[in-house]
Amino acid sequence: MTKIILPELGEGITQATIACWHAKVDEDVVAGQEICEAVTDKASFVIEAPAPGKLKSIFVNEGQVGLVGGTLGTIESI
Amino acid sequence: MKQNMIVEDWGLVDYAEGYDRQRQCVQRVIEGAVDHLIFCEHPPVLTLGRMTNPDSLLYQRHDIEERGVTIINVDRGGDVTLHAPGQLIVYPIFNLNKHGKDLKAYMEKLEEVAVDLLKNFGILAISISGQRGVFVGDDKIISIGVGVRKWVTYHGLGINVATDLSLFNLIKPCGLNVCMTSMQKLKGHPVSMKDVKAKVVELFQKRFL
Repeated sequence: MTKIILPELGEGITQATIACWHAKVDEDVVAGQEICEAVTDKASFVIEAPAPGKLKSIFVNEGQVGLVGGTLGTIESI
Repeated sequence: MKQNMIVEDWGLVDYAEGYDRQRQCVQRVIEGAVDHLIFCEHPPVLTLGRMTNPDSLLYQRHDIEERGVTIINVDRGGDVTLHAPGQLIVYPIFNLNKHGKDLKAYMEKLEEVAVDLLKNFGILAISISGQRGVFVGDDKIISIGVGVRKWVTYHGLGINVATDLSLFNLIKPCGLNVCMTSMQKLKGHPVSMKDVKAKVVELFQKRFL
């Protein structure tokens, strides 16, 4: 299982809102695929799938706030 | 001396075409091309950012489109904004792996460029904490919204040089209850787009060496 982590986005940025997911739970994803977008401070940051597999779970849904370093979802190896 | 930035001027370009060209440019920069600074203007279009509140559109969609203004969802932060001829669009396609992987610092640099630009034209503008963009008094003059892929930036600044400000009556710009203004309105005479572009290039080269 690989975690999709909200990365460091800059000094003082501790959280971001998940604007959208580009993949649904149970969908196959490839490493590097644009998987979701996090918005902070009028900047939208594209997050990529860290590994290939199946999007197993989404912990932070669209419109919800994730913490930097926190897990947004998980990918299960196929 | 190694060129640190390529400047391109696309002129008046349809928003969707400009967006496709931006994405292609982002890909080239991801693959190692130098930073690009792109100028253009768009025919009247409302772009809805990722955090758009439906209440920011003050008219029904078909009423807006009947006025010749198209509406497009876009992958930048922020709420709704309007682009139209006379508004200088600046798309910095910059690799933040070279300039610091810090979204807040990048946005602040954009605001600094915007404030310095206006100062050069005799306009005293400020950025307001917590509200991205640049203001003159209570009126907004420059909007900012960016997207980032693999730490390469796209979208950017909308500088109201000589925009038809009546078009902003269609929306709450950036979701705010503000009026928009332009350089031409504040100066009381036409402002040279060519001069504005030259100063923008100079300021970006200074801030993003």
